[in-house]
Amino acid sequence: MHGISPQQFAESVSAFLVPFYIALAAMNGIAALLMWRKFGPVTYFRLRTPGFSFPVTNALVWTIVALGFAVLSAMAAGANLSMMPKMPESFREFVNSQTGPVIYTLGTTTVLVILFLFRSWFVKPAVAWSIWNLMLLFLGLSMPDPNFFAIVAKPDNVPIVALVFLLAFFTWLATWKAVQNDKRMEAGEPPLEKLDDEKILVWPDLVYTEMICMIALTAVLIFWAMWLQAPLEEPASSVKTPNPSKAPWYFLGLQEMLVYYDPWMAGVVLPSLIIVGLMAIPYIDFNKQGNGYYTIKQRKFAYIVFQLGFLELWVTLIVLGTLLRGPNWNFFGPYEHWDAHKVEALNNINLSEYFWQRGLGRSLPMVPQLQWIPEYLPTWISGWFQPVAQFVSILFTREVVGTLLVLSYFIILPPLGAITVFRNFYQRMGFIRYMVLANLLLFMAALPIKMVLRWSFNLKYLIAIPEYFLNF
Amino acid sequence: MAGLGEIITESQIWKSIFRHPMPVDRRNRIVVMLTNFFLHLHPVSIKKQGIALSYTWCMGGVTFFLFLVETVTGVLLMFYYRPTLEWAYNDILALRDIYSLGIMREIHRWGAHAMVITVWLHMYRVFLTGSYKPPREFNWVVGVILLLLTLLLSFTGYLLPWDQLAVWAITVGSNMARATPILGHEGPGHQLLTLGYPMITSGSDARFALLGARNVGEETLNRFYILHCIAIPLAVSLLLAIHFWRVRKDGGISGPL
Repeated sequence: MHGISPQQFAESVSAFLVPFYIALAAMNGIAALLMWRKFGPVTYFRLRTPGFSFPVTNALVWTIVALGFAVLSAMAAGANLSMMPKMPESFREFVNSQTGPVIYTLGTTTVLVILFLFRSWFVKPAVAWSIWNLMLLFLGLSMPDPNFFAIVAKPDNVPIVALVFLLAFFTWLATWKAVQNDKRMEAGEPPLEKLDDEKILVWPDLVYTEMICMIALTAVLIFWAMWLQAPLEEPASSVKTPNPSKAPWYFLGLQEMLVYYDPWMAGVVLPSLIIVGLMAIPYIDFNKQGNGYYTIKQRKFAYIVFQLGFLELWVTLIVLGTLLRGPNWNFFGPYEHWDAHKVEALNNINLSEYFWQRGLGRSLPMVPQLQWIPEYLPTWISGWFQPVAQFVSILFTREVVGTLLVLSYFIILPPLGAITVFRNFYQRMGFIRYMVLANLLLFMAALPIKMVLRWSFNLKYLIAIPEYFLNF
Repeated sequence: MAGLGEIITESQIWKSIFRHPMPVDRRNRIVVMLTNFFLHLHPVSIKKQGIALSYTWCMGGVTFFLFLVETVTGVLLMFYYRPTLEWAYNDILALRDIYSLGIMREIHRWGAHAMVITVWLHMYRVFLTGSYKPPREFNWVVGVILLLLTLLLSFTGYLLPWDQLAVWAITVGSNMARATPILGHEGPGHQLLTLGYPMITSGSDARFALLGARNVGEETLNRFYILHCIAIPLAVSLLLAIHFWRVRKDGGISGPL
């Protein structure tokens, strides 16, 4: 129970859950009130018995949901773990035993793809509101689990939990508007943002909005600061390495990439390319449509690539790295105890070993020793010449298969794309812009490709030259 | 009391500061935007849809406001905090347990996390509305640099409490730098920089430049403190000014053409 008694634990869970469920009840109650008084209730169906017909409206449904949350808050109030509403033990064990990096990554990708494909159904306010409630209910029901609580309620992890919910909300909002706009524009109407062309004075309309935002935000920050103390652990010690040692949460996507790539790629090259790639977006996106309003259909390619990069490769990796990676960077299910002695067999194999040892049944070729450097060259040239020559010779002997694969990936795919699927792009973008786009996409795709290779073949490196710290 | 208010607003001192009457009529609502330093960042009038919360999410504004909160609370914290191995941790401890304004540290830390989140959300919104498209390409680039600087501000501040969490997070984060290609002593190609003897060693590589030492130590604390309190905020302030100025020059808040 992480250094506190079960009763203390129950009290801290209770202290979180009671206001949490009350807030959810209020949230649904207000929604029901708005539907009843402001938007006009929608009847889902009618309950019919002989001589009696009763309309079941959205306002009624969300009132019942609000009452349900109020009951949950009462159940959580006693600081009694056996009374507290929680996920069934069997469900938690199932989740722990079934989840791993593969399921997590494929699962989140599948969910995002389904949400995208059926977006016009998922963005409907009633559907989105149900999902929103279920997400919050999942959080509430999981909190009484001590392992889940220990990770989610860790002060520095609170922002990530907030980020997940904020992103869910804003992604819904943007998609809802985009779906509406796409429908309108297909019917030849202008986007919603164009409807209200009226100009208003900044004082008072904008200035007051800004002031209200500032006051609200100040209040949020002060309450947050009062409710949650900033973390402060024991004084720094260079001899006591914590396990796991984690970078600040916003860099944990990069730390997660270290599972698949060496630090020079995961920590330097790929982050630099993320920044360069972001900066390049306006210059490689030649599509003039979709400027200043929400739309998906008019800029599908840009939208999908960005969401793949941001939601999948950036945010879900951060969530994985922060919440699900424990000691020794092992994967732990959301309800699993972070056991530092958990052993995961890692037997990853380089492509060159696959090729020479398993394929051809012989040992790896020796590293060539170069003897013929002319002695009259100054040392600063010969010192440079020796490692380059040796490096290149390793590339094309021991690592020849990986080298050819990587070279063809970066050299053959861009022109191949230009004459096939990206023909239209190439013609409209010109050589340089097209090549920048193609290479950025290839680097972006390199991460999921490496992930799949690792999961399916235990592949460690395509090119492994530890002599020169170049493993790819 | 109405008389007192009038005496104040009619006085020479008041009028020397505020060069316009109260903005209660249309003319003065326009004049106030042109004559007030803090308000002149804004245009006088704006498209109604451009400031709809459901369109902008207010995330750029929230990020800027959080930057101001961080600046104010940061300055207050600087009065208490000494960036030395002897005092850093104890000063934070005292902020938590003794000083009455110790909550400034909580606000500063949570505000920093919030700022990272809101700057991402701002980028997300700008992308989803295609607001980086011409003529706003350059301002998007400035925004990306500001996003990077926000992360670096948070990263450099992470070290200052000098507890286990801080030191090891920075150790893990900065270890990446030693694998920088060519410039890191464990990076591919560092052997290429040679003058007959290796130029890139653990005492001269990119990580050393970042930490000021071979390991996270007092030099690093000093370096990160200066980066966190002076160098990066200065760069951010300059880029923010450009960012806001370009918003105006590139046609204001984006909207359908």
